[in-house]
Amino acid sequence: MIQQTLYDKLWASHAVRAEDDGTTLLYIDRHLVHEVTSPQAYEGLKVAGRRVWRKDSVVATADHNTPTDHWEEGIKDPISRLQVETLDANIKEYGAKVFFPFLDKRQGIVHVIGPENGFTLPGMTVVCGDSHTSTHGAFGCLAYGVGTSEVEHVLATQTLLAKKMQNMLVLVEGDIPRGVTGKDIALAVVRRIGTAGGTGCAVEFAGSAIRALSMEGRMTLCNMAIEAGARAGMVAVDDVTIDYLKGRPDAPIGATWDRAVAHWRTLQSDPGSKFDRVVQIDARELKPHVTWGTSPEMVVTIDDRVPDPDKEKDPVRREGMERALVYMGLEPNTAIRDIRIDKVFIGSCTNSRIEDLRAAAGVVRGRRKAANVKLVLVVPGSGQVKLQAEKEGLDRIFKDAGFEWREPGCSMCLGMNADRLEPGERCASTSNRNFEGRQGTGGRTHLVSPAMAAAAGVAGYFVDVRELR
Amino acid sequence: MQKFTVHKGLVAPMDRANVDTDAIIPKQFLKSIRRIGFGQNLFDAWRYLDEGQPGQDCSNRPINRDFVLNQSRYKGASILIARKNFGCGSSREHAPWALGEYGFRAIIAPSYGDIFFNNSLKNGLLPITLDETKVDRLFSEAAPFPGYALEINLEAQVVIKPDGDSYHFDVEPFSKYCLLNGFDDIGLTLRHAATIRAFEEKRKIEQPWLFT
Repeated sequence: MIQQTLYDKLWASHAVRAEDDGTTLLYIDRHLVHEVTSPQAYEGLKVAGRRVWRKDSVVATADHNTPTDHWEEGIKDPISRLQVETLDANIKEYGAKVFFPFLDKRQGIVHVIGPENGFTLPGMTVVCGDSHTSTHGAFGCLAYGVGTSEVEHVLATQTLLAKKMQNMLVLVEGDIPRGVTGKDIALAVVRRIGTAGGTGCAVEFAGSAIRALSMEGRMTLCNMAIEAGARAGMVAVDDVTIDYLKGRPDAPIGATWDRAVAHWRTLQSDPGSKFDRVVQIDARELKPHVTWGTSPEMVVTIDDRVPDPDKEKDPVRREGMERALVYMGLEPNTAIRDIRIDKVFIGSCTNSRIEDLRAAAGVVRGRRKAANVKLVLVVPGSGQVKLQAEKEGLDRIFKDAGFEWREPGCSMCLGMNADRLEPGERCASTSNRNFEGRQGTGGRTHLVSPAMAAAAGVAGYFVDVRELR
Repeated sequence: MQKFTVHKGLVAPMDRANVDTDAIIPKQFLKSIRRIGFGQNLFDAWRYLDEGQPGQDCSNRPINRDFVLNQSRYKGASILIARKNFGCGSSREHAPWALGEYGFRAIIAPSYGDIFFNNSLKNGLLPITLDETKVDRLFSEAAPFPGYALEINLEAQVVIKPDGDSYHFDVEPFSKYCLLNGFDDIGLTLRHAATIRAFEEKRKIEQPWLFT
């Protein structure tokens, strides 16, 4: 028998039929829908007079446009409000398995609510009109982001047209040092292979360091596979996966649970299976990472300095670095620890889960926001994360430190709601993209882990969480 | 979808690597519930000197004269040459919508973000991949000649240069078939509805927990 990778297995088990050139109709089990990339897809269905193929595959929520404070006042921006109301109307007309609209207590970021409710299960194909759908690969799923035409295609046919990607293995072995997280592993991978390094690939993360990560850590890592160019990231199923799922609202129960678990345990790459590319990382050498530029590959560790473009030989890269330094308002060779910040954002589909908030609170406990830091936003990923954090008293720790404790949503990861950076403001952010203007026109983003962001909020500049007591 | 067969057009250069979809169409414009209206906001943060707002009349906004597409010689350009990893980042299909509405029919670059590449094909915007040396040559040949134009023949899979020289490019046969005919792939897929239904019924028996 041919040895198969996890991706080979997921692909083969969802292939409905194939064209001569290998273009395959791939069956989609779970379709996550949010307000930004779906309105034109539903309009397309309407114009063509088509129906939704399988309503019970659709899980919908409003997350990108929703405000994170004063929920009682509704959505003030009329254009945002119309987009959210359009989702309400479309779900009412076309149906869904579940819908958590704005103000629902289970509302939240689509990539947080899927896993926490058991809507994401191992062996599924999961798609969403959002590039961070790769998050769900943490459960041994084939999960990736699609455009609006493909959202419409999945709604109408329950399938996607796809070509098989290449297999890439990212092997991370060794004990993860204290203060290093899934986020730092993700940034280390992007640093190593670049933002196009995984283009055309489905990446499996494996090795002892990955097995040691919690589901939250694995989700953070798979979430950022797309920042390395890979549409899909994934981790094999193990006890950590199964323990996480047990008892989730939509997870199977009883005899069906046992049957499901037996199947899920097969969701591993066979020993000796062949990967087109293998990247190895030694976990023991990892440190907390901080991005300095306008692409996630422009990243160094807390011990480093801002790189000097004069030392870069490739002219296109050098020009990119020079442009990034101007945009970021940074001088070459500045120590990362000397960079002062104006704002902090703790949240996003990358880092807004309970473990992330615990890590941030652990740093903040008994400390205060630095005087030069204008605002620290803590935005839980969902209503359930918020509730859990409040049960544990994390909200008090944040508020006592002068941090703001907000309602769930995508918030300042991309600033489609009112949470934005002003031009020139510098932010330590737990989100996933430091592109120009991403957090607000002219805003300057440094990507870090939750503990590093919290520590920067307390110090006013970047500090090494490993040195905090 | 608009057909793509043969296209000849003016070339504009976008000489930077890793142009992300946030740069192609910034997030504030994603609030629209329509498929049209994005062309005037293509590369908004680079193209204008002020911060753009959705639904705004752009005719009186201050223009960034340094931005390449604002140079008069590139007015009416329909082929964009770009550097590696063009369209990386988010899945927003608003990016190809904006490029198409602005007037681009094709892009030529060494590589693309996977999702952007797919989204472009669904919208009659042809993303052509050529190796870095060839793209580099196009950049240097286009720079000194205002009016530099290329002809793209999808059927023959060639980019024809003004000097008559041509570059072959690869395209997936199925994508090519859809582009040449302007086919809506949902219609094509639904011809296989019975096969999909049968697959689904089998799956329901094997993994019933996926169908609750």
